[in-house]
Amino acid sequence: MVSFAQSPCVPADREHDMAEIVLPVIREALDACGLTRDDIDFFASGSHDFYEGRTFSYIESLDAVGAWPPISESHVEMDAAWAFAEAWAWLQLGEGQTAMVYGIGRSSLAADLDQILPAQLDPYLLAPLRPHRDALAGLQARALIDAGLLTERQLAEIVSRYKDVAVDKLMDAPHVAAPLRAHDIAPPGDAAAVIVLAAGDTARRLTAHPAWVRGLDHRMETHYPGVRDLTCSPSTRRAGERAAELAGFATADVQVAELHTEYSYQEPLLVAELGLKNAEVNPSGGPLAGWPATATGLIRIGEAARRIMDGTTGRALAHATNGPALQHNLVCLLAAQPRDPGQPRDPGQPRDAAQPPEAAQPREPEQPREPEQPRDAGQPREPGQPCDAAQPRDAAQPRDTAQPPEAAQARDAAPARDAAPARDAGEAR
Amino acid sequence: MSGPLAVIGVGQSVQAKRREVTIGALVREAVDEALADAELGFGDIDAVVLSKTPDLFDGVMNPELYLADAMGAVGLPVTRVFTGGSVGGHAAIFGAHLVAAGLARRVLVVAYSKESEGNFTWALSRGLPFSSHLGAGAGGHFAPVIREYIRRSGAPEHIGWKVAVNHRHNAARNPYAHIRRADLTVEEVRQSPMLWDPVRYLESCPSSDGSCAIVVTGAELARRAPRPPAWIHGMAWRTETGHFAGRDEVNPQAGRDCAADAYRQAGIADPAREIDVAELYIPYSWYEPMWLENTGLAAEHDGWRLVDADRTAFGGDLPVNPSGGVLSGNPTGATGLLRFAEAALQVRGLAGEHQVPGARRAVGHAMGGASQFHALWVVGSEVPG
Repeated sequence: MVSFAQSPCVPADREHDMAEIVLPVIREALDACGLTRDDIDFFASGSHDFYEGRTFSYIESLDAVGAWPPISESHVEMDAAWAFAEAWAWLQLGEGQTAMVYGIGRSSLAADLDQILPAQLDPYLLAPLRPHRDALAGLQARALIDAGLLTERQLAEIVSRYKDVAVDKLMDAPHVAAPLRAHDIAPPGDAAAVIVLAAGDTARRLTAHPAWVRGLDHRMETHYPGVRDLTCSPSTRRAGERAAELAGFATADVQVAELHTEYSYQEPLLVAELGLKNAEVNPSGGPLAGWPATATGLIRIGEAARRIMDGTTGRALAHATNGPALQHNLVCLLAAQPRDPGQPRDPGQPRDAAQPPEAAQPREPEQPREPEQPRDAGQPREPGQPCDAAQPRDAAQPRDTAQPPEAAQARDAAPARDAAPARDAGEAR
Repeated sequence: MSGPLAVIGVGQSVQAKRREVTIGALVREAVDEALADAELGFGDIDAVVLSKTPDLFDGVMNPELYLADAMGAVGLPVTRVFTGGSVGGHAAIFGAHLVAAGLARRVLVVAYSKESEGNFTWALSRGLPFSSHLGAGAGGHFAPVIREYIRRSGAPEHIGWKVAVNHRHNAARNPYAHIRRADLTVEEVRQSPMLWDPVRYLESCPSSDGSCAIVVTGAELARRAPRPPAWIHGMAWRTETGHFAGRDEVNPQAGRDCAADAYRQAGIADPAREIDVAELYIPYSWYEPMWLENTGLAAEHDGWRLVDADRTAFGGDLPVNPSGGVLSGNPTGATGLLRFAEAALQVRGLAGEHQVPGARRAVGHAMGGASQFHALWVVGSEVPG
């Protein structure tokens, strides 16, 4: 990454259209690295029509790119962090040296987000229930509290860190989606963000301190909240592990982490799943300071990289999410140094030349994928521990043996209690 | 690129008004068929790419979330691409890029639309601030462009009718097609209602429910595939901005650049001679001669002459859309991938009744927006290089 720019996240921008919002940000990002639009080999962007209330809204943003003469370009109807992933993959083909990623998010445009966000759900079984925009997040936060992994006071302490408001005062606010209060929820806003990527020596030429994308991965979970264990985020953990394999350093080794936390409760959950130890979390203020829909994740990557590009950080992590209750998660690991300083990978060369074997061959073809394992609900877990730590991965293991004795006893006792009144009833008759 | 890439599995659903299945079940039909074709299970897939046209068409936002289970994508990286109607082509190419970049060994590319659960023309005709509200849908946009093609090329009006008949006859050999009319005549097309002059009802694509899926992999695994692979000889995408007076929508520069790039990669100097069969994105009949010219398969202003001489009909020397094409089935999100997949089926020799005998090299083509987004690949029966 050689450049990052963003527009201020404003509560509602009613003066500018999509192209007008993104154009000055594109200019700023290009000026910062001394390029023009004509120097960019590939463009990738992310946005979503449902915030704009129309089809093909992203076409409008292409006017800011100036797609003439014709360009090599692609778009994801997702958070632009996934466009970043596409551009990063594209640069590894060696077909070009530079790529621009942009994201536009206008959360404020929707007249009623309670009508919009439930449209992400299964249209037959879940959407008709019309949960409001924060309902599933409330359930996830409640599950974490019920599991003893979090308290409402801890939520207030997290928010207090960002907003400089006393914890007790925050605790006095009413619930919006219990246990969540309004300040636990990222406020909708409008913003655009632009990142310029360059490969190898091109990056070195364009800036003194590029932020090297050392690893990136993203993973999906099942859609149905009822069959997920909402107290963990196995997709975040898996994405972090895979990104670390590619990066050559662990997620625990970063000094800065920008997490896509649209709710306060997600911060400790993500910190635990990623095994973050001493990382400064969301020095930018994070999404609790502004949620510009599909630009939010890309801004996390930009903010993490900014702290490498300004020389204050050696290793940083960025996380992006989409979907109800963290269904889909992306982890990007960045560093001030490329993976192998002695042998920087020439993007024109085959990947195997400079890449460790496990990166070029993600998995043995005959080896079936490890199934996502729901955590046993009866299994205790220390706060701050990832789900896996307390969970046996062997699916064949009988459920009872994995449970603590008290839980098994409690379950055994239950039928006896139920049986007693029945006997009584029989005697009475 | 890291080495040759190939398609080793192709699946699709029947295209029709499919009110008896959910979106998830519709998608699963194609996914199951593609995996069965490749003799693979979900555990063999490293990443999933989902292609879909605007979410406003059928009302599901970020459908990769709801479809995670139907696509077997739980635990995998999933990317949902959207670039207008060309999206199926973009998704196939991005899937191939993931393999080429060493980020996945096998990628499942999935595409669908369930047009019957929404209103396509309504969604395309939303009133916008500071714009006149035409409510014209897609046909209203393309009709003036077609008239300009006719003016430039001097094509006679029966060309459009003839294309409509050819494609519906082809569809009669494709059990997955939505509109299958072995008995359709030029006279019937001519007599069908005028929708957007010069586009008549039977010269227009239907609105369909349908899905498509392919498995893309690298050379080593392709050689181990149980059925012949379709080797990717060249692939490209190009975009041009939609709003400026210098743009030629009849013969868009982006389409020409896209095809030229793919042919260069494939080592093709004379596409009209070296390509055996083409699956082109033809939503209105007149787009056959227009895209033949735009993709370099015919000289400028001459595309209609190939139609007139029956060269693009099923028995001709350059059959176009032997599957029946977009005119015979149009689940928009899948339409582009279907063109790419049908091209693959032809060079694998697995296209069944609509197999073009001896097809060795095929073009799959997709376009979207106001002809702004273009994607094309050349696939072959032989390993490239």
